[in-house]
Amino acid sequence: MNALLLVALALLPATGFAAWFWGRTGRNPSGLAAAGVVAASVFGGLPAIYVLLGGELMPWRFPWPVPGGEFHLETDALTAWFLVPLFLLSACAAVYGAGFWRNGIATRRLGNAWLFYCLLVFAMMLVLLARNALLFLFAWELMALSSFFLVVFEQERATVRRPGWIYLGLSQAGAAFLFALLLILGHKANSMDFTHWAWRGVDSPVLAGVLFALAVLGFGAKAGFVPLHIWLPEAHPAAPSHVSALMSGVLIKTGIYGLIRTLTFLGEPAAWWGGTLLGIGLLTAIFGVTFALAQHDLKRLLAYSSVENIGLMAAGLGLGLLGWCLGEPVVGVLGLAAALLHAFNHTLFKGLLFLGAGSVLHATGSRQFEDLGGLLKPLPWTGALFGLGAVALCGLPPLNGFLSELLLMLTAFGSVLSPENPLAVAGLLTVAVLALVSGLAVATFSKAFGVTFLGEPRKPTTTPQENTGTMRAAMCILAAACVAVGFFGFMLVTPLQRVVAVLSPQFPKLFPASPSPLVWVSGAGVALLVLVAGLAVWRKTLLARRTVDATVTWDCGYARPHPRMQYTASSFAQPLTALFRALLRNRVRLSPPTGILPTAARLATEAPDLCAERLARPLFARLTTRLARWRWLQHGNVQLYVLYIALTLLALLLWKLR
Amino acid sequence: MNLLSLIPPVLALILSPLLLGVINRVKARFAGRRGPPLLQVYYDLAKLLRKGAVYSRTTTWVFRAGPVVGLAAVLTALCLMPLGGVPALWKFPGDFILLTGLLGLMRFAMVGAALDTGSSFEGMGASREVWISALAEPALLVALATLARQAQELSLTRICAALSEQHWLHTGPVLALVVVALGLVLLAENARIPVDDPNTHLELTMIHEVMVLDHGGPDFAFILYGAALKLWLFAALVTGMVIPAGSLSPWPNLVAGLGGVFLVAIGVGVVESVMARLRLLIVPQLLVGAGALAATAFLLGLK
Repeated sequence: MNALLLVALALLPATGFAAWFWGRTGRNPSGLAAAGVVAASVFGGLPAIYVLLGGELMPWRFPWPVPGGEFHLETDALTAWFLVPLFLLSACAAVYGAGFWRNGIATRRLGNAWLFYCLLVFAMMLVLLARNALLFLFAWELMALSSFFLVVFEQERATVRRPGWIYLGLSQAGAAFLFALLLILGHKANSMDFTHWAWRGVDSPVLAGVLFALAVLGFGAKAGFVPLHIWLPEAHPAAPSHVSALMSGVLIKTGIYGLIRTLTFLGEPAAWWGGTLLGIGLLTAIFGVTFALAQHDLKRLLAYSSVENIGLMAAGLGLGLLGWCLGEPVVGVLGLAAALLHAFNHTLFKGLLFLGAGSVLHATGSRQFEDLGGLLKPLPWTGALFGLGAVALCGLPPLNGFLSELLLMLTAFGSVLSPENPLAVAGLLTVAVLALVSGLAVATFSKAFGVTFLGEPRKPTTTPQENTGTMRAAMCILAAACVAVGFFGFMLVTPLQRVVAVLSPQFPKLFPASPSPLVWVSGAGVALLVLVAGLAVWRKTLLARRTVDATVTWDCGYARPHPRMQYTASSFAQPLTALFRALLRNRVRLSPPTGILPTAARLATEAPDLCAERLARPLFARLTTRLARWRWLQHGNVQLYVLYIALTLLALLLWKLR
Repeated sequence: MNLLSLIPPVLALILSPLLLGVINRVKARFAGRRGPPLLQVYYDLAKLLRKGAVYSRTTTWVFRAGPVVGLAAVLTALCLMPLGGVPALWKFPGDFILLTGLLGLMRFAMVGAALDTGSSFEGMGASREVWISALAEPALLVALATLARQAQELSLTRICAALSEQHWLHTGPVLALVVVALGLVLLAENARIPVDDPNTHLELTMIHEVMVLDHGGPDFAFILYGAALKLWLFAALVTGMVIPAGSLSPWPNLVAGLGGVFLVAIGVGVVESVMARLRLLIVPQLLVGAGALAATAFLLGLK
């Protein structure tokens, strides 16, 4: 089993460089690269599943000629829990990408893109496996850089370059906090090895708190906690769709993984950590879903929805920590399990939705809701699969999203019952916010699905083409996974018990054993399916021998209805965006119809990101002016930079000799 | 499994259309009319089930699936709802979360069907439906959280069983506030006055009715029946909180529960007779108010 993991680890960069070379020689490398990624995923996925089923893998240690560094890899249940969706989505996105990047693009560029794709998957795998701080940081930086090059795939467009810079800047800023976090931990333990940190704890509570804050900032920038989320709505629409799927489905989850892993280093948590994380999570969830609702661009909407879902994971984790500290370990284990299951589920349905958005973009050339409409007829597969993903994302039974929603709600209700009043109030707040967020998510995704796929086309275009075989197959696999987890979710309880043991050895015993609510939910899902089938058959027999006519939609007898008269995405969302205008600050530009015989009138609405506008922009503007006086240091001259490095080394040497 | 538990769903299947008849009869009495027969909704359902159908050329399978999925979801939800002190068919910790999930699925299916017609009327109805339900859901769940804390239980059946007259004696204000909040949610979720007017004839002012403008025949029968069952569900929920079920034996319990459900219907009829519909812009205030009432009840109930 261990060997398979090594094969996967070696195969990914090998595939990447082969695809790069293949592209240089003028052949399309997509098929080759996709096959390599799929093979690596199968090789890597098997050991991960083996660990989740209770197997044990020996850790590896290879020497690495870096001071303090070691090639130390280990697969525990927490790593395996994140590895499985990583491999599933990487394989599906690669297969989809092979169809997406088929023709019409220079093979040289495709080769480069596939190289970075393989390196990204490799880096994410290494982030999850690494047990040495320097190796972890190396993998973390590789992940940031390779995803940056994928985001700027269409670099000739300024609308792609700007998001790329925002993403790179923010991920480097986040990494700076992680450097500080890991170096302080390494300094304290006098070792860079994670196994020496685990369970030791940090002796001073102040230092532990500072380290926790560093972890929240560093990993939060990757995961997308408000206000560090500003790169998500920029980078996701700019990247090719299957890359967005991979980034939203897996890359941002490495932030959640890192946070949980860090908690194992810091020892006994403090109640304020849980409270802070819960607050950040709830704020992120509300912020994300409200902005998702107000978007006009399908992929931007999906990006904000990822922000919302990260918020839900953080809230589950935070409430769990709070419960753990306040003497309710059952709440603790439920919150952790809810966050983990939601991370798993989000990979499946958000991957599916981004691939669906890619197919829409591929077919129509537009992501703007006001250009779309009626796509279910020309794109029956994409439409049906996107609809399924939307139902799963809204947390509706019988699909997988509902299971994690149920666990989150159970965490909140578990704390509501607690005799500790602060925990009960936190639980009530969580219940209210979760309910509001799920209601808003239904509004958001009925808009996204309804406006894109239902009704009439809003803009007359040539007939859109349905996606091809490989693209469809990738979406079908993810959809099947959503359905399977929805109906067989109770089988994930035992693996989850193994995963929660990573945080506290007493946790697995507390996890609600069978018959858990998940079994009931699966039963209800089966009943629901049977009822749907029965009612559908009954309706068919009722209508079998009667006249069934087709006509126009009821139009009040209006003589000349037109597709432009349909309810638009903005009008659908308007009651809710008006309600949340204090948060959204949406800009409305209106030239109303005037006169007795009005002619042209215009209405444009826009919801620019509050944090980007009010926080990041002024901050960076001020930084730019302040730092401008140091610009003379930057000449872009390599020799000069080498001189800087030499001077720094000299200074360090003198300081050490002092 | 308790055979007695089969009775509440069966009663709901048989009697839920009667609730609408009762509401209409109460409204007619208030207006000094004789009103339609009590069984009018049954006649309507029978008539609709015998009809053919006309579909818009814009629509797809989503339009046809809407009523089927909606009715199937609410039928599944019936199995989770106790009546009076009679336990529900399925009971597990967090079953009410499944209940709200199923009602959410019903809503999603209906909203999809409405948007599938491409009509602005139905788009508007769908938009208002998601708007109102997004605000009603927090109120509903905060109310349930308050009850769960009072009863120290996590399933509907056990909550209903645990709430006894002792609770009313000691924490009466808490329960009373929750019942008011649940009553407001009932009115909003079932598209009744003061949130929506089921009798309006102008498309622009409707919410639920305008979403189903294009449905006819068996599809519309499914929608009508589903709406009646949903009303029954909420009436049974409110009744379950009010009736101190723990102390009675099963059969009087069942009668009391049934009586409670019909009393709720009469209450809805009275509200519809003495109130006008609120302006749409006021509706969020009403629902946020319901949530605030439930949250107040929760804080009052803290020890």
